[in-house]
Amino acid sequence: MGMTLSEKILAAHAGRHVLRPGQIVEARADLLMANDITAPLAIDAFKDTGALKVFDPDRVVLIADHFTPNKDLATARQVRKMLDFAAAQMLTHRFEGGRAGVEHVLLPEQGLALPGEIIAGADSHTSTMGACGAWAVGVGSTDIGAAMATGKVWFKVPATLRVELTGSLGPWSSAKDLALEMLRRLGPDGADYLALEFHGPLAGRLSMSQRQCLANMAVEAGAKTGIFGVDDITRDYLADRARRPWQAVAPDPDAVYHDTITINADGLGPLIARPHSPYDVAPAGESSREAINQVFIGSCTNGRLDDLRQAAAVLQGRQVHSRVRLIVLPATPAIYRQALKEGVLETIVEAGGQVGPPSCGPCLGGHLGVLAPGEVAVATSNRNFIGRMGHRTSRVYLAGPMVAAASAVLGRVASPEEL
Amino acid sequence: MHYRRAWVLGDHVDTDAIIAARYLITSNPRRLAPHVLEDLRADFCEQVAFGDFLVAGRNFGCGSSREHAPLAIRATGVAAVVAASFSRIFCRNAFNTGLLALRSPQAAAGVREGDRLRLDLKRGVIENGDQKTEYAIEPLDPFLMELVAGGGLIARVRRQLGT
Repeated sequence: MGMTLSEKILAAHAGRHVLRPGQIVEARADLLMANDITAPLAIDAFKDTGALKVFDPDRVVLIADHFTPNKDLATARQVRKMLDFAAAQMLTHRFEGGRAGVEHVLLPEQGLALPGEIIAGADSHTSTMGACGAWAVGVGSTDIGAAMATGKVWFKVPATLRVELTGSLGPWSSAKDLALEMLRRLGPDGADYLALEFHGPLAGRLSMSQRQCLANMAVEAGAKTGIFGVDDITRDYLADRARRPWQAVAPDPDAVYHDTITINADGLGPLIARPHSPYDVAPAGESSREAINQVFIGSCTNGRLDDLRQAAAVLQGRQVHSRVRLIVLPATPAIYRQALKEGVLETIVEAGGQVGPPSCGPCLGGHLGVLAPGEVAVATSNRNFIGRMGHRTSRVYLAGPMVAAASAVLGRVASPEEL
Repeated sequence: MHYRRAWVLGDHVDTDAIIAARYLITSNPRRLAPHVLEDLRADFCEQVAFGDFLVAGRNFGCGSSREHAPLAIRATGVAAVVAASFSRIFCRNAFNTGLLALRSPQAAAGVREGDRLRLDLKRGVIENGDQKTEYAIEPLDPFLMELVAGGGLIARVRRQLGT
């Protein structure tokens, strides 16, 4: 009986020949990551272990991205604590200020997310890096604190749900619509404790950015991670980036899957997820025409260059509605620079949008765009739970960048087809 | 041991509802505790008493990986969270940091708001003093039993390192 991608990678890191779902193992982690919210707790946990040095200063990455640039004195203290620890431990990879970006986009871009490796991150959307073929799993701060001392993390071996992607995306549809359709089908715990493994003819045509969008939202269905196999798109992406040699891992032909679902992109129109549930998915445009106050384009889900290009294409020659504030945060400094060079940011600003620094900020109601009582937003991020982006009476629709940009222009939840 | 009050919640209570991200400017559990479940039910923090139980439906703690969620719940004095099922990161965070996260679909289905409950870990049951009934708790994996019995993840690492 063969093994899935997740089982093979975990087995290789746990020193086992075979692993089956449900077993609990301690596995070697190739990379550990924490951010300005989760690192302070992880640092305390590390100190409580009594260890003096991290297990490998090349493999512990600290990133200030959630409240960056520092929002207030309290967040400044959290970042300071993180930076002081990184300096004392002589960590190779620490990102802050103009070098920081949204962690799950920044690490792949920096060549730190590699196929066949285990990445444990103290952030639920760590799964995003499964786009590169890494087994990337969100854990807690204490997990990271302990692993900084030992280099190991305990995992329960997940069963694998095979997701077949077929068909072709239409002109107004994006990877976000595939992700939302997947969530509509699976619901909030339809993939509870499962690893998603993406296959199918469409999976092989998706860009690295589109793959990241899908792997990112796998966790919204309760999945442990979402992972893609290695192909030429992966190899091209890693060619000038990979910081270490890597080896492709493929699932065994006779691997055993928990189940298979097929997502067909044919005829999949632009979608939205209505407040307050990422699973309440409906066609954009016809299902709601609610007036909005804010649009946020960015985050680990949709803050990459192709997302900004798509938004700019919709905004080109148009104006953001007078009632709406459009906030655009490129996910990393490299994306920011390229969008600047291409005139993408100019288009957004000329349309009346605001371009801010790479930051998770508004996605979690942190800063740089918090919603007032009763305000309504369209956001390209991943969660729209009650109070997620601000006051508990605010409401958030989730959508892809083209739907978000069209909504900004029309001042209401809209589809780009309406323009 | 006395009976303590049950606070009953629904399915899919997410970490934003447990402790909103706007409060994550600190990791001090005592400063987080007054905001637990604030957007979901404001009466909880005003009235919760030491030893009370949270009883929830499916997928409790879904959403972000913030360990602030179990830490803040523990700091309110809640003795245990009982749910039909838990989201995976919340579950591991709870075990790692010493909050009892007990899986009991029976209790999730049967307990009513305000019922008086008592936990008997030796017998693996939750007793309901008002309904005069009891609910089975699903047994823990041996690895997790050992983790909890040994004082959590950090204590385990200290033993491994001999520190």
